[in-house]
Amino acid sequence: MIIRFAGFGGQGIVLSSYILGQSAVFDGKKAIQNQAYGSESRGGECRGDVIISADDIYELEPDYQDVLVAMAQPAYEKFVPLLRREGTLMIDQDLIVTDHNIEPAGITRYSISATDIAFKKYGRKIMANMVMLGYLNTVLGLVGRNAMEDAISRNVPRGSAEVNLQAFADGVTLAQQELKKR
Amino acid sequence: MLDNMSDHEYRKFAARHIPARLFAAEDFARVRRALGRKVLFAQGDIAVAYGALLAGCRFFAGYPITPATETAEIMSRLLPRIGGSYIQMEDEIASIGAVIGASWSGAKAMTATSGPGFSLMQENIGYAAMTETPCVIVDVQRSGPSTGQPTEGAQGDIMQAKWGSHGDYELIALSPSTVQECLNLTIEAFNLAETYRVPVIVLTDGLIGHMREKIVLPEYDDINFVSRKTTAKAAAAYRPYDNDGTNIPEMANFGTGYRVYITGLTHKESGYPSTDSQADHHRLVLRLCNKIRDNVGKIGKVQRDYQNGSGDRTVGIISYGVTSRSVFQAVKELRQRGFAVDHLRIITNWPFPEAEVAELVSRCRRTVIPELNLGQMYHLVREVSSGANDLVPLWKTGGELHTPQEIIEGVTG
Repeated sequence: MIIRFAGFGGQGIVLSSYILGQSAVFDGKKAIQNQAYGSESRGGECRGDVIISADDIYELEPDYQDVLVAMAQPAYEKFVPLLRREGTLMIDQDLIVTDHNIEPAGITRYSISATDIAFKKYGRKIMANMVMLGYLNTVLGLVGRNAMEDAISRNVPRGSAEVNLQAFADGVTLAQQELKKR
Repeated sequence: MLDNMSDHEYRKFAARHIPARLFAAEDFARVRRALGRKVLFAQGDIAVAYGALLAGCRFFAGYPITPATETAEIMSRLLPRIGGSYIQMEDEIASIGAVIGASWSGAKAMTATSGPGFSLMQENIGYAAMTETPCVIVDVQRSGPSTGQPTEGAQGDIMQAKWGSHGDYELIALSPSTVQECLNLTIEAFNLAETYRVPVIVLTDGLIGHMREKIVLPEYDDINFVSRKTTAKAAAAYRPYDNDGTNIPEMANFGTGYRVYITGLTHKESGYPSTDSQADHHRLVLRLCNKIRDNVGKIGKVQRDYQNGSGDRTVGIISYGVTSRSVFQAVKELRQRGFAVDHLRIITNWPFPEAEVAELVSRCRRTVIPELNLGQMYHLVREVSSGANDLVPLWKTGGELHTPQEIIEGVTG
């Protein structure tokens, strides 16, 4: 499974990819993680890539992604054409206007208001990445919840684990509700 | 006893007792604790640093450069906690100079850099080869020449690693292709440096260096610790470059009571310069080269993924470093399509495993050599393959890996 997180630098995009990769490894799977370097990770369009597999991973830079988690308009526009046909798109619906002309055929779309929830509930937009991570992991069943919560606790700033885990749980709940509807 | 010491107390203790305690289980345990849990999700640059610390490295001098900076960063944080020293130098020339000095004081010493810094280090790498100083240099290759593309990986320094300094000398260079191998081969690099008294280059690249992957830290009993051969002779009888028949002289670390004169000038066994004797120079340089050339079988490491076929349907692929990852995928797909593919992954680039390569090339209809440069190892393969076979260089530059499909096309095309 090839997953790309994309947005602006400062949204916790790279951290999300790191947490997902680390939790996959803690969960006994094979994983690699790559990220944007340079100026874009500090404000421009930023990306973090994860590949999760049961087998050894040989293809380190695939041309296409299975999943795109997009949290900003320019990142969506740049990377959605690279989504595999019938891939999965997850967007923060308040930050992105989708354009069917650039989307590959047959994709499955999930839209949530991650940033809005993060701001209204926690007063901090930065929590949106955790909401997204909970949502993504639940919809796709990528790694065990314990492994991911462990990885979150280890990697968020000291003293903020609880609120991050709560935001993650919000994403899980949203996904469960969505899955029931579909 | 060591368990209860604070970092500060341990540092004072270590200053008195290292290098004698570099490999004590208690000291190793202290390093292991500093590194955290056994299974980690870490970058290649971090794995290199961890491998060095586990191997007993207690000195790092460096100058930050993308994509190698993480190694310096982690060394600066951890070395002071485990009784070692980190020095932020003014440039790469000074960095390798400090590493050479530290090595002579008895420490296992390392620096890490990328292309532009590696170029600056070349003169002193020659000095390390000439003075037979064990040290490890990590080159996280990026697109060049010059400052090129700092964040993009490449394999353009393969030839420079061997031929970067002037004159005739031999050294060892290793190419990891996974993050775990960054750790394992850095440990190996220290052991080889200490065994053969040469600079050992670890050639990673921007992609492996920055990529995160699972690593498992070794335990004390998993590691074979090698330390330089030091002299037990009486001080008056010791000459720094006496050949005991192995071509590798016994070393006397500075401050251990021996008179040791070190120079990059051609020197006699006494260590003192001999700048106009053809015989002295020839004897010295031949020994510097032969200590490696005579041990190619022991030093050289390759991974063979062979079906041992021959004839029309058999194709060979020779790869190294990060490029091998795409090759493994290509080989899998080619075999599913009925091709007999033998893949030779070269782990030790220098000394070049000539015999292995010649054997493979001789029985393959075609041999494909993918590299992230415009054909560097290709020259070496051609040199040992008698010119009769179909050698296909697959060149790529600019920071993107070969896709498995590109390698398949090289084989079938």
